[in-house]
Amino acid sequence: MEFITQAWAWYVAGPLIAFIMFLLYYFGEKFGVSSNLETFCSIGGAGKFVDYFKIDWKQNIWNLIFVAGAITGGFIASQWLSPSDVVALNPQTVKDLSEIGIHNAGETYLPNEIFSIETMLTLKGFLILLIAGIMVGFGARWAGGCTSGHAIVGLSNLEIPSLISVIGFFIGGLVMTWFILPLIF
Amino acid sequence: MKYIKFFLVGILFGIVMSKAEIISWYRIYEMFKFQSFHMYGIIGSAIMIGMISMFLFKKKVVKTFEGKEIHVAPKKVGMYRNLLGGILFGLGWALAGACPGPMFVLVGKGVVSILVVIFGATAGVLLYGVLKDKLPH
Repeated sequence: MEFITQAWAWYVAGPLIAFIMFLLYYFGEKFGVSSNLETFCSIGGAGKFVDYFKIDWKQNIWNLIFVAGAITGGFIASQWLSPSDVVALNPQTVKDLSEIGIHNAGETYLPNEIFSIETMLTLKGFLILLIAGIMVGFGARWAGGCTSGHAIVGLSNLEIPSLISVIGFFIGGLVMTWFILPLIF
Repeated sequence: MKYIKFFLVGILFGIVMSKAEIISWYRIYEMFKFQSFHMYGIIGSAIMIGMISMFLFKKKVVKTFEGKEIHVAPKKVGMYRNLLGGILFGLGWALAGACPGPMFVLVGKGVVSILVVIFGATAGVLLYGVLKDKLPH
């Protein structure tokens, strides 16, 4: 069992992600998670006000089911397959994070400074979570895809729009990590 | 019943995202600090093997389980949309430490605060839909 309960190496995870993409196409669909956020809007009735959301969302039920599976998989992994929540980080990363105000890096999957309930219930903490989400959602649909649709599918398919988008992902990610995060905490 | 296979693939996805620590905020931070090969290895190897799949789909060696040809829809072209949308997404990705897939996996892990991020992401998509015609694409 130990090969399952320890953290999985990149050369296990990467091929498995490719296999997941393969299966979704083999089953006649596609790999793209951020489309589900559009489906949420359509189900919520946004199509009445904005044409962009006038879609037959029933065609996307398979993807909602995929998301339900992903949630279930996260539950299974955390309940039964992960005896430890420690993330083995580069000591330099831990040091860098402590310098910008994020402490105990790697002791759990997520920093308390962003994700604890106490932080969520402060105005600043709530806004950080909300704004991060807005940028992800808005950006993904503007770019036409997220990490799954652009980085994995698009680059596998040698798509120039995906290459440009992934370069954008990195410009945004580097600016946030190197210049904005140090100012936040 | 036809949906069960998607549920099972989703479970596999959730387990891989969890066990390879892709749902960890720290792994995304570390990636953007160039302090670990982990995420680059994952994305890089997924793309390498993904290319082989795409080749097999294009050559019609692999068809769907119902025997239909597999066409991977081309992405929407537009320098502004790809670059500006991409940059905005990247800012959010590095702040939340999660892209849309991992966000949902974290719900299963029992992280309550990620619901605020998912709510924000849905609001962001709604906002994009409203402002779409005013944005450069």
